Amino acid sequence: MRLAEALRVALQAVVANRLRAALTTLGVIIGVLAVVLLVAIGQGARQEITGAIEGLGSNLLIVVPGDVDFSQAPPRSDFRLADVDRVGRAIGDPGRVSAQVASGDNVRAGGASVFTTLFGITETYPEVVTRELDRGQLFSISDVVTARRVAVLGAKVAAELFPDTDPLGKTVTIGGLRFRVVGVLASVGASLFGPDRDEQVLVPITAAQRLLGTQRVDAMFVKARSTDTIPDEAERVREALSRFEEDEFSILTQEEIIGVVGDILQLLTFVLAAIAGISLLVGGVGVSNIMLVSVSERTREIGLRKALGARTRDITLQFLLEAVVLTGSGGLIGLAAGIGLARLVDAFAPVPAVITGWSVALALGVSIGVGVFFGVWPARRAGKLDPVVALRHE
Amino acid sequence: MTPVHDDVTPPVPAVRPPIIEARDVHKRYGGGLAPDVHALRGVTFSVDHGEHLAIVGPSGSGKSTLLNLLGALDRPTEGVVRFEGEDVRSLDGDQLAELRNRRIGFVFQSFQLLPRTTALDNVALPLVYRSLGRRERTARARQALEAVGLADRLDHRPTELSGGQQQRVAIARALVTEPDVLLADEPTGNLDTVTGSEVMGLLERLNRERQVALLVITHDEEVASRARRRIELRDGRIVTDQPVGAP
Repeated sequence: MRLAEALRVALQAVVANRLRAALTTLGVIIGVLAVVLLVAIGQGARQEITGAIEGLGSNLLIVVPGDVDFSQAPPRSDFRLADVDRVGRAIGDPGRVSAQVASGDNVRAGGASVFTTLFGITETYPEVVTRELDRGQLFSISDVVTARRVAVLGAKVAAELFPDTDPLGKTVTIGGLRFRVVGVLASVGASLFGPDRDEQVLVPITAAQRLLGTQRVDAMFVKARSTDTIPDEAERVREALSRFEEDEFSILTQEEIIGVVGDILQLLTFVLAAIAGISLLVGGVGVSNIMLVSVSERTREIGLRKALGARTRDITLQFLLEAVVLTGSGGLIGLAAGIGLARLVDAFAPVPAVITGWSVALALGVSIGVGVFFGVWPARRAGKLDPVVALRHE
Repeated sequence: MTPVHDDVTPPVPAVRPPIIEARDVHKRYGGGLAPDVHALRGVTFSVDHGEHLAIVGPSGSGKSTLLNLLGALDRPTEGVVRFEGEDVRSLDGDQLAELRNRRIGFVFQSFQLLPRTTALDNVALPLVYRSLGRRERTARARQALEAVGLADRLDHRPTELSGGQQQRVAIARALVTEPDVLLADEPTGNLDTVTGSEVMGLLERLNRERQVALLVITHDEEVASRARRRIELRDGRIVTDQPVGAP
């Protein structure tokens, strides 16, 4: 029998039992839809987070205390401002080094109050980690040296505290101390993951240390001259921090962080896909079940076809194609529905969703594979039927 | 005028082996814990080209078992069944399927037409397994339906046809492969007397005109009496095998 003919017979059989085919296919549709949608969300999260890290600027070295392990909370910091100076001298350009101390605190202005991420930073911060100001200017090196109480507000903080007026020159209160607003950061857009970068407030690191009653530095940032110099500059930073043990600090490159975070999110995506795959498996069992019913219902037809000259493989092919038509059409419908839903989610939910080629190929390939896998047993049973017995079947 | 012989060698009359030859055929069913059923106990006979032969016998006499063997649907437990000299024991399942497709046309008591399928497609069905193109299948099926007088019913489905018409579609389907033998199993069993007689008339005409052997299995003596040869089975053995009308 020709393949086209077998396909025609399979299609006819599916169309003849429209409702049953539709219900059976529903299991596959839901399975494929779930795979496509969850993979899209997982990929969306991955792109957003790695994008946020890339947004910090390229060729960035991040120096943090402790032996960094992504499964543990950050340890207490032992860095001091003197270490920042050492690093600046070691790489020969203090302008490419910045430091921060971070805390969460309420910022008040008049009657309004906003909880913000408070960053005490050095004046080199905007160049090193790529932040732009919308209005005003960042504090100078003398502000940092004298621990002057000046602040640069994140876009959202400025909008909430000063909805009607220009915040420049106004006063905000942080931890009972008054700070003068000298600048407003340009908005970078809300992020679903991690603290909102528009909800930050930047103050001189020295002022922040005084406010927090500490001398610690939480992290240092070094902008390498180029990608090629990263290993060399990392080594200089390491030497500059020789007063610490090897495991008391870590130097991370932006690429390393993106790699690790990306791997974790990729794994998460695969786990999501695997969980969704279970429903596809259940759908496949449904197809197997309905194919057994179909074979049993059409035993006489099988007997007749064999009497008229159908070989075992003709019958097997016919029923296998019937199963593949069921799961394949379910895969196509599920794919279309999954892409549609992913677009809806992307447009209306605070979750990004990205359709990737591999998830489309996977969904279609797996749905056809499910048809073959779960169809082959009923189809072989049909092919092996004894025509004598099958013809007499009532 | 002297006749001119172009042929150097005179035509040798081909001695064609019988279409079907059964020699000392036994068939047993069951085994294991159940007692064996010895359905056929040494049946020997043959069917020649163009013959019209009836096999009769009460139920349980082994008619159906014999039909399965003559239709190459099954193999004997002992003995030999040959189709044009070819022993079925040497053929595997797929080769038997091809043999059925090429040499045998089945006509069943219950017609065995595919539902929701037009007469034309029902008749073309055996040709699907010859990998013929759709155009040729349709052309041949149309011819076969014309031969059984159903040229105006090509696109009707079985439910839209009378019993006699359905059986004629089934006969067209048996005919479309140009087989050597038509195996008719109680072809009039589901039809009234008049329609049954018409269907038998059609089968006999095809037998005469196309030299296709006609083997009818029946317990209807009237149907059997229309054949030229009659074999009677009883308890898995042939009890009589003689021309009809012989003393």
